[in-house]
Amino acid sequence: MREQAVVRFAGDSGDGMQITGARFAMETALAGSDLATFPDFPAEIRAPVGTTFGVSAFQIHFGSVEVATAGDDLDVLVAMNPAALITNIMDLRRSGTLIVDKGAFTERNLTKAGYATNPLEDGSLSDFIVLPLDIGRLTVAAVEGLGLTSKQTARSRNMWALGLVLWLYDRDRKTTTDWIEKKFATDPAIVAANVAVLNAGHAFGETAELPNFLRPVAIGAAPVAPGTYRTISGTEAVAWGLVAGLKAAGIERMVFAGYPITPASPVLHALVGLRAHGVVTFQAEDEIAAICAAIGASFAGSLGVTSSSGPGVALKTEALGLAIATELPLIVIDAQRAGPSTGLPTKTEQSDLFQAVLGRNGDAPMPVLAASTPSDGFEVAMEAVRLATKYMTPVFLLTDGYLINAAEPWLIPDPAGLPTFPVAFRTDPHGFQPFVRDPATLARPWARPGSPGLEHRIGGLERNADTGDISYDPDNHAQMTEARAAKVAGIAADIPEQAVNQGEDRGELAVVGWGSTFGPIHMAVRRARAEGRRVSHIHLRYIAPFPRNLGDLLKRFDNILVPEMNRGQLVTLLRAEYLLPAERFSQVNGKPFKVSTIFGAIMERTSGNGKGGAA
Amino acid sequence: MTATPTLVKLQPKEFASNQEIRWCPGCGDYAILKAVQKALADIGSRRENTVFVSGIGCSSRFPYYMATYGFHTVHGRAPALATGVKLANPELDVWVMTGDGDGLSIGGNHMLHVLRRNVDLQIILFNNEIYGLTKGQYSPTSRAGTKSPTSPNGSIERPLSAATFALGAGGRFVARGIDTQQAQLIDVLKRAHANRGASFVEVFQNCLVFNDGVFNEFTDRAVADERQLHLVHGQPLLFGKDRQKGLRLDPSSIALEVVTLGDAGVTMEDILVHDETNRTLAGMLAALEPPFPVALGVLYAAPVQSYTAALYEQQATGSPDLEALMTQGKTWTV
Ligand code: SF4
Repeated sequence: MREQAVVRFAGDSGDGMQITGARFAMETALAGSDLATFPDFPAEIRAPVGTTFGVSAFQIHFGSVEVATAGDDLDVLVAMNPAALITNIMDLRRSGTLIVDKGAFTERNLTKAGYATNPLEDGSLSDFIVLPLDIGRLTVAAVEGLGLTSKQTARSRNMWALGLVLWLYDRDRKTTTDWIEKKFATDPAIVAANVAVLNAGHAFGETAELPNFLRPVAIGAAPVAPGTYRTISGTEAVAWGLVAGLKAAGIERMVFAGYPITPASPVLHALVGLRAHGVVTFQAEDEIAAICAAIGASFAGSLGVTSSSGPGVALKTEALGLAIATELPLIVIDAQRAGPSTGLPTKTEQSDLFQAVLGRNGDAPMPVLAASTPSDGFEVAMEAVRLATKYMTPVFLLTDGYLINAAEPWLIPDPAGLPTFPVAFRTDPHGFQPFVRDPATLARPWARPGSPGLEHRIGGLERNADTGDISYDPDNHAQMTEARAAKVAGIAADIPEQAVNQGEDRGELAVVGWGSTFGPIHMAVRRARAEGRRVSHIHLRYIAPFPRNLGDLLKRFDNILVPEMNRGQLVTLLRAEYLLPAERFSQVNGKPFKVSTIFGAIMERTSGNGKGGAA
Repeated sequence: MTATPTLVKLQPKEFASNQEIRWCPGCGDYAILKAVQKALADIGSRRENTVFVSGIGCSSRFPYYMATYGFHTVHGRAPALATGVKLANPELDVWVMTGDGDGLSIGGNHMLHVLRRNVDLQIILFNNEIYGLTKGQYSPTSRAGTKSPTSPNGSIERPLSAATFALGAGGRFVARGIDTQQAQLIDVLKRAHANRGASFVEVFQNCLVFNDGVFNEFTDRAVADERQLHLVHGQPLLFGKDRQKGLRLDPSSIALEVVTLGDAGVTMEDILVHDETNRTLAGMLAALEPPFPVALGVLYAAPVQSYTAALYEQQATGSPDLEALMTQGKTWTV
């Protein structure tokens, strides 16, 4: 029995590949398999039909074993047109299954995709098991008599492909038909047609004379801890984590201010739906207004949160300095994308780390946290709320285009078991000074407007270390600069020591990562360890400040390799902080790392079995 | 500091903070500060419920001089920040203090949107037609020809009219005052405060260091009667020493013209009556500049529901149950 498989649906932007993939993922999740998804879509909303730059794809990796990445090589590729084929075929493994809609392989579409000859006829696909099916015609046959227009019929081709792939993996169709019924509730004809097409694709697998070796492969449930699960996207995890954090802090209201930007907009959309949980959302006129409104809300005693992506975060930079200077809680979510400038809006990258850690005028330290998987966003968002409110500081929460859009199964936590960290607003006017710090946390008091006797003024001009009044005194500025730095540095004592995610706490090689490289590093280290390499995986959630034991931990390894989807940002920070010869391992092609890429790098840098015997 | 008992009305001076004021002696800002403190006292405002938010510039030092809550923020961004304060706590009385550079140049976009949205704020724009704090560069309201360090041969830019901008942005309350004319300024501030929504008040403020006397052509005592039109809702648009002059609509050009009562058969019947709710009239009044009289007082007041009121109307009151949220949709149990 196969343990895992990787499937990719690829087609035109208008072919509904994202929906198809998401439905397949849901049926897979309900069957109990572990899974990871990777939606990959173009920046254009509807690029011209049939073009390579209009290709939209959805990849899913699932298994009866642990799945930590969206998968390297494809077992099945569904290509709805020549453009989808030419842009995706290189990822299909030898002997992989290729399902193509041959009806879409017209002269015109072939030319648009850049094929000189028809690949279905010229033998260039002989490495693969090719199923050239006229999905368009089969769809038309399935809806005959249901009164659909030809346009409506064409739009349901994706359901046919979905039906066939569901058959191929022996999956149920129940939640998909339920979903169709709900989605098109107002139009029974469309419901009937989509269900008919879905069933037709499935029935085709059952009845058609497919090659003998193409039989349904059941990939069972993965061994996981008992409990109730759901699939969760990075967006949902962050949004729900913020709400959970708000409750844990005992703050009545969160003001979430954002401005539309790819790929961060889904976070704003998700929070609009959480009004009942004390969330007020504000679509601001620009990125600057969004962060300023969030800061204003925090000043007034709510939790201010804003989200964006790299270019938008750049616009927020000046106001971030204000939040640091006035020492107000604030959370800035950065869904990173490939840059600089507009870059590749829909492609993922980790290249805003410097911006988050260093990118401000003046000495302007603030905590920086990073989510490592889609579901990890929940805990990280809660932690961001804790640190922001406890230390009266803005906090960066780094995620990326991949994490925001990807989904995975999640063991739903028991709300009663979640941490609490109630905020104590200052109410006592006696001896109140807005910048007198708590001796333990170095945080200043949070005094809300509306509180009698606590009236005070704050601002971006340097503040007297006690009264907060404007102070141009050079010694006071030096004292305040140190105090701001010490406050953020002190957080290191309040966060967990850095754990080793996999392997020993010493050895030949430490692979150090942060953010969404977790999956590929995890799998690559596992494979290398299975081959006897003395390699460990260390993955950082806290990048500023670093965990207090990180330097000592890293020094116990002969070599340190830092895979990042940037030109080497964390590695630079590690080298600067600990004077370690950490090595850069960079990939900036807008895609997540492949496991094999990191695995290869580990194998090149380690000496094989027997040398240390620690495997 | 002790909490003030709630029923005693505060005196103007009780709104003053203990901070030494750092505006140039003789600056028009002092007069505005005084007028605001008096207006708050008259209204019966509470210090703890009042918030002053400002951007950057001479005018934006204002919050430091008030014994209320205050936030001196980022250049141009006070409207956005104040919006956040209101979103968090709509009960607070929030004032935005800004200037012509802060509010109409670097912060023009925020000003546009805060007015369009009608966020419940008082926005007081100190217009001195110059950048003071950065030492005298011409501003977006400086008149063409203004000589400054960055326009030594005279500014070649055409100025923006603050009140016209506010009306164009969809502001529902637009008023004007002059720093030195306290009684009228205090009245305007109180009207602005009473309005639920974005209340935009342009105050002509003299910067005696970098642009001294720039408003003299209508603020000078000698010409004030002839060059100032004090608007009162429902009253005819009369001005001049004996209130013998008035504004009449010339129907052929659809423009305002100055007429004198008794001249060529002009009677009170001919004089336009001020209607605060008439946006077209407000636009015409906002555009008047010497040799016409400058319109002062409430140009436009046509309240509609404020942004925060509408927002909280939509704010759902459903169940805040975290567990229900996390288990909604498809789940499975292992
Ligand atoms: S520079 Fe001008 S506006 Fe600024 S304080 Fe001095 S007089 Fe007032």
